[in-house]
Amino acid sequence: MIFTLKIWRQKNASDKGGLVTYKAEDVSPDSSFFEMLDQLNQQLIAKGEDPVAFDHDCREGICGTCSLYINGRPHGPLKGTTTCQLHMRSFRNGETIYVEPWRCGAFPVIKDLIVDRSAFDKIIQAGGYVSVNSGGIPDANTIPVPKPDADAAFDAAACIGCGACVASCPNASAMLFVGAKVSHLALLPQGRVEAEHRVQKMVATMDSLGFGNCSNTYACEAECPKEIAVTNIARMNREYLAAKLFAEKEKQISFTL
Amino acid sequence: MINLNAGAPKAPLAEQWSSYKANCRLVNPNNKRKLDIIVVGTGLAGASAAATLGQLGYNVKSFCYQDTPRRAHSIAAQGGINAAKNYQNDGDNVFRLFYDTIKGGDYRARESNVYRLASISPEIIDLCVAQGVPFAREYGGLLANRSFGGTQVSRTFYARGQTGQQLLIGAYSALSRQIAAGSVKLYNRRDVLDIVIVDGKARGVIVRNLVTGEIERHSAHAVVLATGGYGNVFYLSTNAMGSNVTPAWSAYKKGALFANPCFTQIHPTCIPVHGEFQSKLTLMSESLRNDGRIWVPKAKEDVELLRQKKITPEQIHESKRDYYLERRYPAFGNLVPRDVASRAAKERCDEGYGVGSSGRAVFLDFSDSINRLGVEAISARYGNLFQMYERIVDDNPYQTPMMIYPAVHYTMGGLWVDYELMTTVPGLYSIGECNFSDHGANRLGASALMQGLADGYFVLPYTISAYLSNEIHTPPIQTTLPEFHTAVHDVNDRLSQLKGTKGKTSVDHFHKTLGKIMWEYCGMSRSESGLQKALGLIGELKADFASDVSIPGGMKEYNPELEKAWRVQDFIELGDLMVRDALERKESCGGHFREESQTPDGEALRNDEKFAHVAAWEFKGDGASPVRHREELRFDTVKPSQRSYK
Repeated sequence: MIFTLKIWRQKNASDKGGLVTYKAEDVSPDSSFFEMLDQLNQQLIAKGEDPVAFDHDCREGICGTCSLYINGRPHGPLKGTTTCQLHMRSFRNGETIYVEPWRCGAFPVIKDLIVDRSAFDKIIQAGGYVSVNSGGIPDANTIPVPKPDADAAFDAAACIGCGACVASCPNASAMLFVGAKVSHLALLPQGRVEAEHRVQKMVATMDSLGFGNCSNTYACEAECPKEIAVTNIARMNREYLAAKLFAEKEKQISFTL
Repeated sequence: MINLNAGAPKAPLAEQWSSYKANCRLVNPNNKRKLDIIVVGTGLAGASAAATLGQLGYNVKSFCYQDTPRRAHSIAAQGGINAAKNYQNDGDNVFRLFYDTIKGGDYRARESNVYRLASISPEIIDLCVAQGVPFAREYGGLLANRSFGGTQVSRTFYARGQTGQQLLIGAYSALSRQIAAGSVKLYNRRDVLDIVIVDGKARGVIVRNLVTGEIERHSAHAVVLATGGYGNVFYLSTNAMGSNVTPAWSAYKKGALFANPCFTQIHPTCIPVHGEFQSKLTLMSESLRNDGRIWVPKAKEDVELLRQKKITPEQIHESKRDYYLERRYPAFGNLVPRDVASRAAKERCDEGYGVGSSGRAVFLDFSDSINRLGVEAISARYGNLFQMYERIVDDNPYQTPMMIYPAVHYTMGGLWVDYELMTTVPGLYSIGECNFSDHGANRLGASALMQGLADGYFVLPYTISAYLSNEIHTPPIQTTLPEFHTAVHDVNDRLSQLKGTKGKTSVDHFHKTLGKIMWEYCGMSRSESGLQKALGLIGELKADFASDVSIPGGMKEYNPELEKAWRVQDFIELGDLMVRDALERKESCGGHFREESQTPDGEALRNDEKFAHVAAWEFKGDGASPVRHREELRFDTVKPSQRSYK
C-alpha cells in the first residue's frame, strides 16, 4: 500500500512546529500504524534525517502510552482501539493521512507527536487511591462486594490514562478520566470511606491544571479506546454535589458546636 | 570461586520467614527519615516497593523510563495472580503452591525463597482488595477463582483478562499517595545508565533525562533494581518496546553476579510473525488450549497449497491432519506445559509442515468445540481473545482455525540475589522479574504477578532494614564524590562514542539481527554446535555495531535512537552471556532444551547429578571471559523427579 503522510513535526516545546509531508510506500496491510511509522523512520535514518518521535510502548493496547490524532480523531478511525492496535488495512490505498499530537493546553508538546501528560498523575496524586498501608489488612473476603458493583467498578477502572478523552473534547475537559477514577473507587466499599474527600480534591486539582469543563458532547465516550461510559461523569457530579452538601453541613455543625 | 550463600535462616522451611522477621534488625522511625533509597522501575515490584518504603518513612526516589509509572509492562499481564487462599476448599495450601512452583520450575529454584513466596501470597490478595482492585467476584459477593496452567486446584485470582493492569493501577495508586505525601519523589522519563559504587557499596545511579538529554546524579544509602526481564534481547517478544536490561546489566558490570541468563520462557500461543517490519508479538492466553486442538497438515502438498492460499484449512480432511500434541502426548494432549508445546510446534515447522505465509505457524482449531458446545459457549469463554485475534490478523477464528506460534515471553534468569534479595554488591537489591530467584527453569502461569508484589510489598521492606540498620550513622551520600565523577565521565564517554560512530546502519537493524541469532541458536532448542556458531556471530555483530551504527539527532535533546542504541549495545553483550550460559548447561531443563540431552524418544532429559545448581556469572572486564560460579541447590523437602506427559 502507498500513503501520503502529513505529520506534525516540532523540535521541542518552544518550537512552533508544522506539518511535513512524507510518502510511505510498500506498506503491508498487516502492518500496524506504528510499524508503518517505524518503516518511515528507517528511511529517514538512512537519509540522515531526524526520525519522527512518537510515544509507544506495549503495542498491545493496554499501557496507554500511545496517542496520535489521526485524521482528526484520537487513536484513528476504529472504535474501541488504541493507535498501536490500528492496522493499515483500515485505510484506503493511496489515502492522505494527517498525524498530529494531542491538542490541549494541559498536555504541552515535548517533541513532534509526544506530549506531556503528567497532569493526569497529579490528579491521581490528589486522591485517586484508598489510603491503606501494606500490612495489617483483614482477609479479602471479609467484605462481600455485590457482583454488579464489582463489575461496574472494573468497567471504570479499565481506563488506560491515554488522554484521548481530553484530546477529543472541544473544551479539553478531563471529566471522563477523573469520573472513571472517582467511580471506580466510589462503587467499592473499600473506596467509599474516603469518597467525599476524594472527589473534592480530585476535581479541584483537575480545575487547577487548566482542563476545561464538560458540556455534554459525549465525544470522550465515542473516542475512548476502552469505551468508558459518560455515566461515570454523572456519577462524579453526583458524588461531588453530595460531598459539597456534606461539607456545608459539617461546617454548620462545627459552627453550632 | 565466590561462595554463594543464600543465607536462609536456620529453621525448618515453614518457619524460616517468621523466624527471619522475628530476628530481623529494624530501623527506628527517626532514623528512617535520614535514609535515602533509590528504586528503579515502577512495575508491580518497583511501585509496590517504593510505595511501601515510603509508607515506612524512608526517603524514596523512584525512576522509570515511561512518561508515568502506570505504564510499566506489568500492565500487560492477562491471566491472573496465584494465592494459596483455599477459598474454593479444593485442597490448596501454602505447601501445595510451594510444591507446584518448585516442580514447575523443573527443580532449579531455591526452596527457601519459593516457600516464602507461597506463604506471603494470601496477604497480597488482602492488600490488593483493600486498595480497590476489582477482582472477579461470585454472585454472593466473594472472590472468584479459576484454574490455570495445569495445576490441580483453583487458586488464580483475576480481573477479566486484565489482571496485570488492575494490580499495577493498585500499586500505582499506592505510589501516587506517597508521592503526594512527599515520601517518594518521582523521576519519570529517565534511563538509569550506571550504578555508582562507593567503598564497595551501592550508593547511587547515573541517569539520562530522556527529555533534555541531561546526565543526572542521584545518591542513596541503598539501590533497588526492579527493572523487569530481558526478553527483548530476542527483538521480537511479548515485552513492551522499551523493556530493557540496561540497569541490571550495569549492575552486572559493577560486580553483581548474573544468574541463569539462558533461562527464558517461550510461550506457545502467540500470534505469528507476519513480516520483516513486525515490531512486537502478541500473546493469546494459554487458556485457549483448553478448547482448541493444535494441528498441521500430514502431507506437504497440502502445506504448499495452504501457503499459496489455494485451499483453506477447513478443506483438509480430518484424516489428513496431524494433531501432533495428541499423537505425541496422549495423556496430556493439547494441555502439555508451555515448554513442551512450544518445542513441538517448532519441530513440525522445522520439518516443513508449518502453515501461514511464513511457514512458521500451526493451527489452533476450535471447530470441534464449537460443534460440541455451540458458538455461544465458546464466545462466552474466549470472545475477547477471538476479537483481539481478528483485529490483528483479520481472520475470524469462529470460521477458520487460528494460527499461532511460540514467542519469547518471560525471563527466569536475572541478577543473583540471596534470601534478602540483595545481589552480590552490598546495598544493591533486585526484585521481581529482574532477579532470578523463584521460578527456576520455567515459570508457572499467574506466578509472575505474585512474585513481583510479594517482593515489593512484603519481602524487601523487611530485608532492606537489616542492611540499613547499619547505615544510620552514614550521612546523606554526596554526589560530588569522585566515584560519581568517574561514573558520569564513563557514561558521557560511551554516549559520545555511540553518537560519534557515524556509521550507516540503524540501531533497529542490529537489534533485529541479534534477535534472529538468539532465536535461532539460543531459543527453544539449543545445541553445542549452534551455540558455538552464535558466539561467533554475536562477536561479529558487536564489532559491526561499534563501527557502523548510525544515530541521528543530538545528545542534549529527546533522542529515541540514542536511547535504543545504548540498550541494544547492552543486549548484544547480554546475548553473548546467555549463549555462554546455555553452552555450559549441558542438560535439558524447563525452558532450556539441550539437544544433546534428551531421552531416546526426544523428550527433555535433566541431569540433577551435574546441574542441580544455579549458574551465576561474574563480569571480568570487557574482552575477558566471564567466570561461572555455582550455588548448589538442596532439595530437602521436595524430591526431584523427571517430568513426563506421555
